[in-house]
Amino acid sequence: MKRGAAVAATLFGLSAGLVRTPAQASAKLGEPEKADLKFGFIKLTDMAPLAIAKELGYFEEEGLYVELEAQANWKVLLDRVIDGQLDGAHMLAGQPIAATIGYGTQADIITPISLDLNGNGITVSNAVWEMMKPSIPKENGKPKHPIGAEYLKPVVEQYRKAGKLFKMGMVFPVSTHNYELRYWLAAGGLHPGYYAPQRGDTAGTIQAQVHLSVTPPPQMPATLEAGTIDGYCVGEPWNQQAVMRGIGVAVITDYEIWKNNPEKVFGVRREFAEKFPNTTIRIVRALIRAQYWLDQENNKNRPEAVKILSRPYYVGADYDVIANSMTGFFEYERGDRRAAHDFNVFFRYNAPYPYYSDAIWYLTQMRRWGQIPEQRPDDWYFETAKKVYRPDLYKAAAESLIAEGIMNESDFPEEVWKSDGFRPVQRGFIDGIPYDGRFPNRYIDSLPIGLKGNEKA
Amino acid sequence: MVPFRLPPLRSLLAPLIGLTLFLAVWQGVASQIDTSLGKFPGPIETWQQFTNLIEEYQQEKVREQKFYEQQRIRNEKKLQENPNAKIVWREYRGMPTYLDKIQRSLITVASGFLLGSLIAIPVGLLIGISKTAYSAINPIIQVLKPISPLAWLPLVTIVISAVYESESPLFDKAYLTSMFVVMLCSLWPTIINTAAGVGSVTRDMQNVSRVLRLSPLTHLRKIVLPCTIPSMFTGLRISLGIAWMVLIAAEMLAQNPGLGKFVWDEFQNGSSQSLARIMVAVVTIGIIGFLLDRLMLLAQRWVSWDKTATLR
Repeated sequence: MKRGAAVAATLFGLSAGLVRTPAQASAKLGEPEKADLKFGFIKLTDMAPLAIAKELGYFEEEGLYVELEAQANWKVLLDRVIDGQLDGAHMLAGQPIAATIGYGTQADIITPISLDLNGNGITVSNAVWEMMKPSIPKENGKPKHPIGAEYLKPVVEQYRKAGKLFKMGMVFPVSTHNYELRYWLAAGGLHPGYYAPQRGDTAGTIQAQVHLSVTPPPQMPATLEAGTIDGYCVGEPWNQQAVMRGIGVAVITDYEIWKNNPEKVFGVRREFAEKFPNTTIRIVRALIRAQYWLDQENNKNRPEAVKILSRPYYVGADYDVIANSMTGFFEYERGDRRAAHDFNVFFRYNAPYPYYSDAIWYLTQMRRWGQIPEQRPDDWYFETAKKVYRPDLYKAAAESLIAEGIMNESDFPEEVWKSDGFRPVQRGFIDGIPYDGRFPNRYIDSLPIGLKGNEKA
Repeated sequence: MVPFRLPPLRSLLAPLIGLTLFLAVWQGVASQIDTSLGKFPGPIETWQQFTNLIEEYQQEKVREQKFYEQQRIRNEKKLQENPNAKIVWREYRGMPTYLDKIQRSLITVASGFLLGSLIAIPVGLLIGISKTAYSAINPIIQVLKPISPLAWLPLVTIVISAVYESESPLFDKAYLTSMFVVMLCSLWPTIINTAAGVGSVTRDMQNVSRVLRLSPLTHLRKIVLPCTIPSMFTGLRISLGIAWMVLIAAEMLAQNPGLGKFVWDEFQNGSSQSLARIMVAVVTIGIIGFLLDRLMLLAQRWVSWDKTATLR
């Protein structure tokens, strides 16, 4: 049998397994094999499901005694999950994927649940904003959103003429932020640069018009203020922080770059999930309940969540700063406060479901920018996604919550039971290019700037 | 024995004036510095945050009690449902409070320093006694001495991750990493000063030993060690000072939940209170460093045979 056919068969076999109604849910879930757990997180509002599951006692109700610990940066967090100092962590969606394909540190990490959709923004310094502003069209006296990178292009051009590099920060080479920032820049005709790991070049600045570099999220505002970078892409509250402190202006949110894009995930070592299956399902159950609570009845619990997040050992920023984005507002420029109901989505739109197609999108971007140095067949994308993303675990957790009467079947969208792991074709991109996870190579070739076919950086 | 006497007013007054002046200057300068997180914290804001941290500690204690209470109730219920149920009593795993962090830092620095001293004193004695050993080891010491903890840290982290593997680790890796970095950075002054102390054994003393035909061990015990101790303790005191300084940097990077991590986390929080809280940590670090130094000074005085020597 040909390999492609075999993969297709397993995929469909699995999806056949996925199409199962909760009524068929299996026997009662056993006690957790490992009850004392330590999870890592980065100080960002999208770690909320972890804090809520702990503070509301969802972990304890699963018999899990969880300690949450803030980590210095994404690299430290990943390393500590790999070497077992942490049992699991709030991760960038790209981290488990990159670890599995061996970009950066090689390790088998799986994603049994996604934590949220959207939640990032791109901020530029005041000086850059002053240069951009005149050319941006107005609507009711305010800049018309979304603002594309084409308005940044003249600024970058001026920098080039003055012999200066235009530098922007992102949080990690395989972060959602890196790919979103690159997507936005490329959609506006600016080249963000290629990676060439085959030659040991992991700076990602080959042919770059805008030079991107890594800065840990909480240091973004300070680095922008110091003038080391001219802008950045980061999660909340670090865009609002810059706006409120008068350091910079937020130009666009990732919701406007790709409507309801997948964001953070929860990652555990595969070996952990295999060794402690009940524990894993119970962690996912607690997180599902926390995410449900966060979005319940049109975000009515958000103010309480903000109060919890503003404690110094969680996110720790001021209440007002966190409240902005968490309660459905986004302040682009001082005083330009706009409604952004879906800025942070934790449960709506099937947000926790770990779609294969989300993993594949990240893989296509890794290929687009050269982190995956050579062309791969579509099957490779499917196989990799299946190794990392585990909707089967998510479904098992959801089913057992329903079976035990903790949640209702109606709390979940039908897609949880019906989906084959692929989202329908996504059309919410800023440049209007549709994305269909079933055809990764075709999608890569349809993107304007970036590696195509068997090109190499 | 000298009867206890009140110190003369002047000796109390001078430090008091110094301190008042310092606080006034601090307050004055602080109010002039505008940061993106608000005004730089003066003594008053710092004190407020200190009381806040104590309050958080007390709140955490209340939570701890509540946790145990709930656990007791849950376990009782479990036993009622099934008398044979396995009951595991769990320790509370809350957020480490400020006081927990101070404790953690003290333990880390103490263990790193002790381990370092256990290595440094014998090595110091060895290179002090033997000229050959000295010329063999001294260049290495001189090269290793100036290395910053920040350079050691990645190496130590990776080595510990690779070497220290166990199912239920007795120590967590963050602690071990910080401790070893502290050790690596702090052992040099002790080695050097111990060796120098051995060198201070006078020819007369050596001759006495030779005349009495003391065995090498007795020579070491009766002649070399007593002569070396004052200098050795000077080295230990410098080492402890360095250990405490290095610790903060090590904890920041190794994520050991002590004072260093506290400072880093607050820096990352970037809230309007963060600077004042960092200031609390700075003051705490200073005071503890001072107390540790005094402790070593007392020890030094205690072991030194010349009680009249002034030690600063």
